[in-house]
Amino acid sequence: MSILDKFAGIQHAHDALTALGIDPLAVEFDAMTSPCEGVIDGRKVLILGSNNYLGLTYDPAVIDRGVDALRAFGSGTTGSRIANGTYRGHKELELRLAGFFGRRHAMIFSTGYQANLATISTLAGKDDTILIDADSHASIYDACRMGNAQVIRFRHNDPADLAKRLKRLDGQPGEKLIVIEGIYSMLGDRAPVAEIAAVTRAAGATLLADEAHSFGVLGRNGRGAAEEAGVERDVDFVVGTFSKSLGGIGGFCVSDVPGFDILRLVCRPYMFTASLPPAVVACTLAALERIATDPSLRQRLAANAERFYRGLEAAGFALGPQISPIVSVRLSDVSMAAQFWKALLEAGVYVNLALPPATPTSEPLLRTSVTAAHTSAQIDKALGVFADIGTRLGAIGT
Amino acid sequence: MLSEQDIVEVIVTHLRERLPPDTAIGPQSTIMGDLGLDSLAVMNFVMWLEENFDISVPMDRLIEVETVADLARVLHSLGAQKAS
Repeated sequence: MSILDKFAGIQHAHDALTALGIDPLAVEFDAMTSPCEGVIDGRKVLILGSNNYLGLTYDPAVIDRGVDALRAFGSGTTGSRIANGTYRGHKELELRLAGFFGRRHAMIFSTGYQANLATISTLAGKDDTILIDADSHASIYDACRMGNAQVIRFRHNDPADLAKRLKRLDGQPGEKLIVIEGIYSMLGDRAPVAEIAAVTRAAGATLLADEAHSFGVLGRNGRGAAEEAGVERDVDFVVGTFSKSLGGIGGFCVSDVPGFDILRLVCRPYMFTASLPPAVVACTLAALERIATDPSLRQRLAANAERFYRGLEAAGFALGPQISPIVSVRLSDVSMAAQFWKALLEAGVYVNLALPPATPTSEPLLRTSVTAAHTSAQIDKALGVFADIGTRLGAIGT
Repeated sequence: MLSEQDIVEVIVTHLRERLPPDTAIGPQSTIMGDLGLDSLAVMNFVMWLEENFDISVPMDRLIEVETVADLARVLHSLGAQKAS
């Protein structure tokens, strides 16, 4: 008997994959040669499985700012924001983020995961109710578990179902917090933000949007799905991450809600962890400046997303419902998905293998993502590899 | 309002249509053990039950559920109304 015996089922499933020579967890990048190319086992690979949407990880200005901060402020803060961990850069980044989003307040966190954990678990108290989209990211589910509020799920991207569930709560005391994501990370589909905002407003509830995958990607200014839908003022709290379009690590929450700064005294995942290292903050500031001033990044990303989605669609693959930088190939069974993933890697194309129950349905996914840094030639090469393997394995053309 | 027994019957009928024919399903069947539903299937099943009985099931109420009878008890306590 071991305390780990409870995980035997998961271990068994993992063993079954590794027995076939397939272990996504064992992939190591020995080197990175660009935002979308790396080296695995001595072989150059094209990366179509990152969240580096704007390709800023090697931006010279980003790196220079990070190096300068590293030399000036050292490698880490060694403390939390409420103790010794607030440096000038943290305050500057909060000001810049608030400005970018046109909001009065901003708070930064050490990861995007913690941003959700902190805000959601704190905003909703024990007499309140959180209503979350059923396809929410693990950080949202974990935030709900950490807090004391009642938690109800509504059908994915279904404002009518949300309205029905809010109606069932009529007369029940306490605040209602609705939580959605701008773009959902598995299939790349967008939330119907305008419709959900209307339902939220009608119910007198509070709306929080996690724009982790849509910040820097959607909207005329890159402010996300709420900007694209024209309903930014209806979103009370916007949460996001620095680890995707900004190419670093960290998370944030922006808001116009009066009294916002009280969260600094009550959000435990903000209070009891070390603050972001100065170099990360400096890189993030530089990347934020870039996305605020260079809309061509988003335009290139959108063009690459459309090229890749249309190409896979024309080849006959089953995909997510909408064009977005996340392009997921839906396959019929786990064995085919695993073989496909392995064949792609052997052919020099790295993607993410997503298996149920971590997927929205029982279908396994080859989750891919494009970046603004991919060239048309790279996208076309990947399309060719996908079509060859798909034909060989019977995923298309049958 | 439906009785717990009524709710058990709805659950068993629904599962019988979806699980392999030789699966034994009764009030004491454990949902993730005996019936083999994974976490995704359980959550989808709960969505169907919520629709069917016109209720919302708070997630913390699922912690106490292991068997079909446990599930019926939770749904009954939440005021499961009607089987469509």
